[in-house]
Amino acid sequence: MSFVLVQVIVGGLLLGAVYALFSSGLTLVWGMMNIVNFAHGDLVMLGMYVAYVVYTLMGGGPILGAPLATLVLATVGVVVYFALIRDIMKGPMLAQILGTFGLALLLRYSVFWWFGANFLSMPPNIVGGTYAFAGLRVEASRLLAGVVALLVTFGLHLLLTRTSLGSKMLAVAEDATAAQLMGIRPDTMQAIAWAIAAGATGLAGALIANFFYIVPTVGETLGIVAFVTVSLGGFGSVPGALVAGLLIGVIESLSGYLIGAVYKDIVVYLLFLFFLWFRPQGLMGKS
Amino acid sequence: MRRLIWLSVIAAVAIAYPLLLSSPFQQRLGALVLLYAIAASAWNIVGGYAGQVSVGHVVFFGCGAYAAMGSYAKFGLSPLFGIPGGIVLAVGLAAIVGVPTLRLSGHYFSMATIAVAETMRLIVTNTEWLGAAVGLSGPAVPRNIFDLSFLSSLPYYYLFLVILAITLFITWWMTNSRMGFYLRAIKDSERAARSLGAPASRTKLYAFMLSAALTSVAGALYAMMFGFVDPESGLGILISVKILIMAALGGAGLLFGPLVGAAILVPLEEISNSWLGGKGAGLTFVVYGAIIVVIARFQPGGLLSLFTRRSKPKSDTGAGHAP
Repeated sequence: MSFVLVQVIVGGLLLGAVYALFSSGLTLVWGMMNIVNFAHGDLVMLGMYVAYVVYTLMGGGPILGAPLATLVLATVGVVVYFALIRDIMKGPMLAQILGTFGLALLLRYSVFWWFGANFLSMPPNIVGGTYAFAGLRVEASRLLAGVVALLVTFGLHLLLTRTSLGSKMLAVAEDATAAQLMGIRPDTMQAIAWAIAAGATGLAGALIANFFYIVPTVGETLGIVAFVTVSLGGFGSVPGALVAGLLIGVIESLSGYLIGAVYKDIVVYLLFLFFLWFRPQGLMGKS
Repeated sequence: MRRLIWLSVIAAVAIAYPLLLSSPFQQRLGALVLLYAIAASAWNIVGGYAGQVSVGHVVFFGCGAYAAMGSYAKFGLSPLFGIPGGIVLAVGLAAIVGVPTLRLSGHYFSMATIAVAETMRLIVTNTEWLGAAVGLSGPAVPRNIFDLSFLSSLPYYYLFLVILAITLFITWWMTNSRMGFYLRAIKDSERAARSLGAPASRTKLYAFMLSAALTSVAGALYAMMFGFVDPESGLGILISVKILIMAALGGAGLLFGPLVGAAILVPLEEISNSWLGGKGAGLTFVVYGAIIVVIARFQPGGLLSLFTRRSKPKSDTGAGHAP
C-alpha cells in the first residue's frame, strides 16, 4: 500500500471519530424517543461557532472552547427538549419532522444573519503544529479531535451500558410507562438524553472547528453525514455509530483522494441510498 | 351548495386579481403565489394526504426546470418540450427513492429525500453539460409564443392559474377515488389498513410519483418565467423548505391549504426582500424556521384546520390521533 494512502486513511479515521461522536447523539435520541432530529447537524454548526466566539472574544483555544461549547449545547438541548420535543413527540409524524426541520432553519439562518455567509476559520496553529510519526504527518488539531472524540464516544457507550443512569434511560427507551411505574421519570431521562446528545454535538463542533471551515450551512452536510452514520450503524446503537462513523470517515477521505474532493460527499450520500435499498436495518442491526 | 359558492368566489377573485391590482409588482406577486401554490399543492399529495414528509421535493422541481431549459439550451426546442421529459425524470427518480423507503417508517423516507436532493445538487453543480454552477438559460429573445417568454407577468399569471386549477382538480379527484380512501386509511393506521387489504406501500408510491410529476411541472414553469435555472434556484434546499412550509402553514392534507400558505408567505418574502434588500435573505428564513416550529408545536394541522375543525368536528384534519 502506498504511503499516501495510509496517510489518507489515518486522516479519515480521525475525522470519522468525530462523525461517530456527534452521530451517537443522534442515535441516542432516535433510539430512545423514536424521533429523528433534523437539526442535529446544525447543533454541530452551533458548537463550531461557540468555539469560534470563545477564540475571538477571549482568545481561548480548544481547552476553553471545547468544554464551553459542550456546556452551551447541552443547555440548548435541554431547552429544545422542554420547549419543543416533549410536545411534538406525541404528535403526528408531520409535526415531528417539521418541528426539528424548522429548528434547523432557525439555528442555521440566525447564525447566517448574525455572522454572515463568510467562511470563517481558526488560526492554523491553535492546537499545535504537525507531528510526524515514522514519516506519517498528522496535524495536532486533527489528532486531538480524533482521540478525544474516540474516548468520549467510548465513554458514552460505557455510560449507557454500565451505569444506573444508563439503565434508567434504557428502561425509558423500552417502555416509558413501565419505567414510570418503576419510579423513573421519563421526562427527566429524556431531557438528560437531549443534554448528552446536544452536548456531544457541541464538543464535536468545537473539535472540528480547529481545522474545518466554519460556515452557517455546514450543518446541512454534517446532518446528512449523521443520518448516514446512524442508518449504517443501526439506530439506537452507539457502538454501531462508532464503527460506521470511522468507516464513513475513511470512505470519504479515500474517495476524496482517489476520485476528487468535490465527489466525496456524493459518494457518501450514494452509499446512504444504497444502504436504504438493500440493508435499511444497518450493518449491525437485526432485521 | 355552500362549497360551490365559496369555490366560485375564490375563482372570481383569482381571475380578477391581476386586472384590479395591475402594477407589475402586484402581477408578478400574484404569479409567484400561484406558482408556489402549484408546487406546494403537489407536495401536499404525498406530504399531506399520504403523510410521507418529503424534505427534498426540490429535486423534482429541478427535474422539470432543467428539462425545460435543457430542451432549449441543448436542442434549440421550446422549453415546453422539456415538460414531458421532466415528468418522466421526476417520476423515475420518485420510484427509485420511494420503492425502498416507503416500506420503512416515515423517518427513512424523509432522510432519503433530503439525501437525494443534495446528491443531485452536487452532481449537477459538477456537471459541465448541465451548465455546472452557472446553470442553463432559456431563450433571451422569444422566437415565437411557444417559447413562453413574456415581459409582463400577466400571461404567466393566467397560465399558472390554469395549471393550479388542474393540480387541485387532480388532488380532489384523487381524494375521492379508491386511492384517496386507501391513503386516508393508511394515514390513520397503516397496520390496520394493511390488514384490511389496502396495498399500503404501493398506494404511497403512486401518491409520491403523482406528486413528483406535478412538482416537475411547477419547476418547468418556474424556469420559463425566470428564463434560467442554476443549482441553487433549481435544486437548492431552500426551495424544498418553501414548498414544505407553505403547505404546512395553510394546512397539509387540505385541498386549499397550500394555496393559503403561499398567499401568506410569498408576499411576506417579496415585501421583506424589497424592504431589507440582501440583508433580508437570512432573516426571511429565520422567520420561516420560527413559523415551522410554531406550527409543529401548536397547530400541526395548519391554519385552515382551525376552520374545518369547527364546522366538521368529527372529520380527520390531519392532526393525527393519539393512540
